Amino acid sequence: MPTSAQEEALAPRRIIPMGDSAVTVEFGDSIDPTVNALVISYTKKIREQDWSGIVDVVPTFRSVTIHFDPLQWDMASLADHLRVLSCPCPSGTESSGTVHQIPVLYGGDYGPDLDEVAAWAGLEPSTVIRLHASVQYRVYMIGFSPGFPYLGLVPPQLTIPRLATPRPRVPAGSVGIADRQTGIYPIATPGGWRLIGRTPIPLYHRKGSTPFLLKPGDQVLFRPITQDEFERLSREVTDEYHRSQQ
Amino acid sequence: MATHENSRTPLIEVIKPGWLTTIQDLGRPGYQQYGMPVGGVMDRFAAIVANRLVGNPDQAAVLECTGQGPELLFQQDTYLAITGANFSPTLNGHAIALWHGINVRQGDRLAFGPRRLGFRCYLAIAGGFDVPVILGSRSTHCPSQTGGFNGRPLRAGDHLYHCALDQAIDTLVARRLPPRLCPSYSDSVTLRVILDSRRDFFHRCALTVLTNSTYTVAPQSDRTGYRLSGPPLARIEESRFISEGTVTGSLQVPPDGQPILLMVDRQTTGGYPPIATVISVDLPLAAQLGPGNTVCFVACSIAEAQALLRTQTHLLNAALPPLPAIRSTPSP
Repeated sequence: MPTSAQEEALAPRRIIPMGDSAVTVEFGDSIDPTVNALVISYTKKIREQDWSGIVDVVPTFRSVTIHFDPLQWDMASLADHLRVLSCPCPSGTESSGTVHQIPVLYGGDYGPDLDEVAAWAGLEPSTVIRLHASVQYRVYMIGFSPGFPYLGLVPPQLTIPRLATPRPRVPAGSVGIADRQTGIYPIATPGGWRLIGRTPIPLYHRKGSTPFLLKPGDQVLFRPITQDEFERLSREVTDEYHRSQQ
Repeated sequence: MATHENSRTPLIEVIKPGWLTTIQDLGRPGYQQYGMPVGGVMDRFAAIVANRLVGNPDQAAVLECTGQGPELLFQQDTYLAITGANFSPTLNGHAIALWHGINVRQGDRLAFGPRRLGFRCYLAIAGGFDVPVILGSRSTHCPSQTGGFNGRPLRAGDHLYHCALDQAIDTLVARRLPPRLCPSYSDSVTLRVILDSRRDFFHRCALTVLTNSTYTVAPQSDRTGYRLSGPPLARIEESRFISEGTVTGSLQVPPDGQPILLMVDRQTTGGYPPIATVISVDLPLAAQLGPGNTVCFVACSIAEAQALLRTQTHLLNAALPPLPAIRSTPSP
C-alpha cells in the first residue's frame, strides 16, 4: 500500500479544461517512464469507474485527456471527481504491458536514412542497427495515425533531428527515429522521421478482431531480419489476411 | 462490396460523385488511445437534423458532400432530407427545399447546382446507409481506408444500400425543421472559444491578437483541420510542449504562429500547443467554412458554452424528438 506521502506525490499536478467537453490531467513535464506509468495506471483507474458520459480516455506521454459528454458533466464536478481519484502507485515502470518482438529489415530501400543516421552519429550502419535493436522500448503513447507507437528512449548516440522537410509518403511498416524516440508507421502517411528499416508485421488491421497490435504501456523489442525472412513473413501475413477475409 | 453481393436492389446508383462525398455517422469514439481519429460528420447539427427528418436515429449513416453535390439515381422509393450547405439541390430538375423531408420515387434523379452558402451538405435517407460497422462506426476515414464505402469517397457507378426500416416510408409525414432553428451560414463567421488556461506557451499579447484579428481559411484545409492565415500568435520560444491529447475545435499553434483549427479527422495527439478551443455549439458553423472564408474568435466561458449547448439540444428535441439508438444489425 502506498503511504499518504506517496499518494500526495502521485496526485495529478494540473487539471486543464480543453474546451467544453474534454479535460487534460497532467502528471509531469518530461518524457519519463515513471511519469508515463502513472499516466497509464490513472487511465485504467478512470476506466474502472465506468462513469456514464465519459466518451474516451486518452493516455499520452505525461498526461491523460478525458473526453466527456458536455450534457452530462460540468467541468467543475468532473474535475472534482478526477482530483480525488487516488492513483495506484505503479509497482514498476517495466513490469506492466505485453512485450512484443518486432522483426525489422534494416537499411537499403526499406531504411533509406540508415546511412545518413550512421554518418550523423559517426558510427557504422551495423552499429546503428545493433544499438537500435539493443533496447527494450516502452510504448509511451499511440497517436499521429491509427496504431502509430511513440517508443523510447533511443540510445543517446542515435539522437538525430527530424527531416527538415517531411516526406509526402512514408510506406506502411517503416521504422523511424527522431530525437530520442523511435516509431513505426502503420499506414502510408506523410512523415518526418528518419527511416532506418521496415517491418512486415501489420500494426493496424482494420478488419481484424484485434485491430491494433500495440497499446500504451506495452514493450517493444526490434529483431533485425534478412531480406529472405522479410519476404517470408510478408507472405505469411498476406496469407493470414486472406484467410481472415474468407 | 463483399458484404453486399446479394440480390438486393440498390437504393441509389451514383452517377457523379461530386468533389468529396463520403458516408459518415457520428464517428468512432473509444479508440483514440490507439490513435484512431473519432471522425464522423463535420457538422453534427445538420446530420442529426437530416436523420430525424427521415425517422432515423441520430447515429444513422448519412452522405457528407463537400464543396459540390453528387448526382444520384434512385432505384427504389424512399424518403430523404438534405441539410447543411445549400448546393441548390434539384429532383428531376425541380428545386427542392433544404431542412425538409422529401418523398422520392424509383427513377428519380437528385442533382445539385451552384454552391450558395456553406461548404458541407448532408443527405439522409430513411433507414440510413448500410455499410459494415468497423470499430463501432460506419464513418469513412480515408487516410486509413477504414469504414464507410470501402474506406473511400464515392465514385461514379457505386451502388448504395439502406438499412432495414423501422417504419413504412408512407408513415413519415412531411417533416421540416422550424425555420427559426435553421442555422444561417456565412462566408465570414465569429466563433466562440474557450481560452487555454495555461500561460506557459504564448506571450500575453497572443490572446489579444487572437480575439482581435480576422483569419482566412487556407486552401490546404480538410477534415483533419483548417490552416488559418492571419496575424501570427507569438509563442514563448523557450517553452517546451510535449505531445498531448487533442480535441476537435482546438486551435493549435505551430512555430510560425499561424493557427490550425483541428476538425473531426484530427490526429488524436498533437505536438503543437493549443491556445483556445471552439465551443461545441459553434463547431457546426466551423464545419461549413471553406477555403477563402474568414473567421474571428471571441472568448467565452465553459459554463456559458455548456448552457448554449443545452439550450440548442432542448430546442431541437422539442421540434424534432430523437429516436431510440440504432440497431447494429444490417438488413436481410
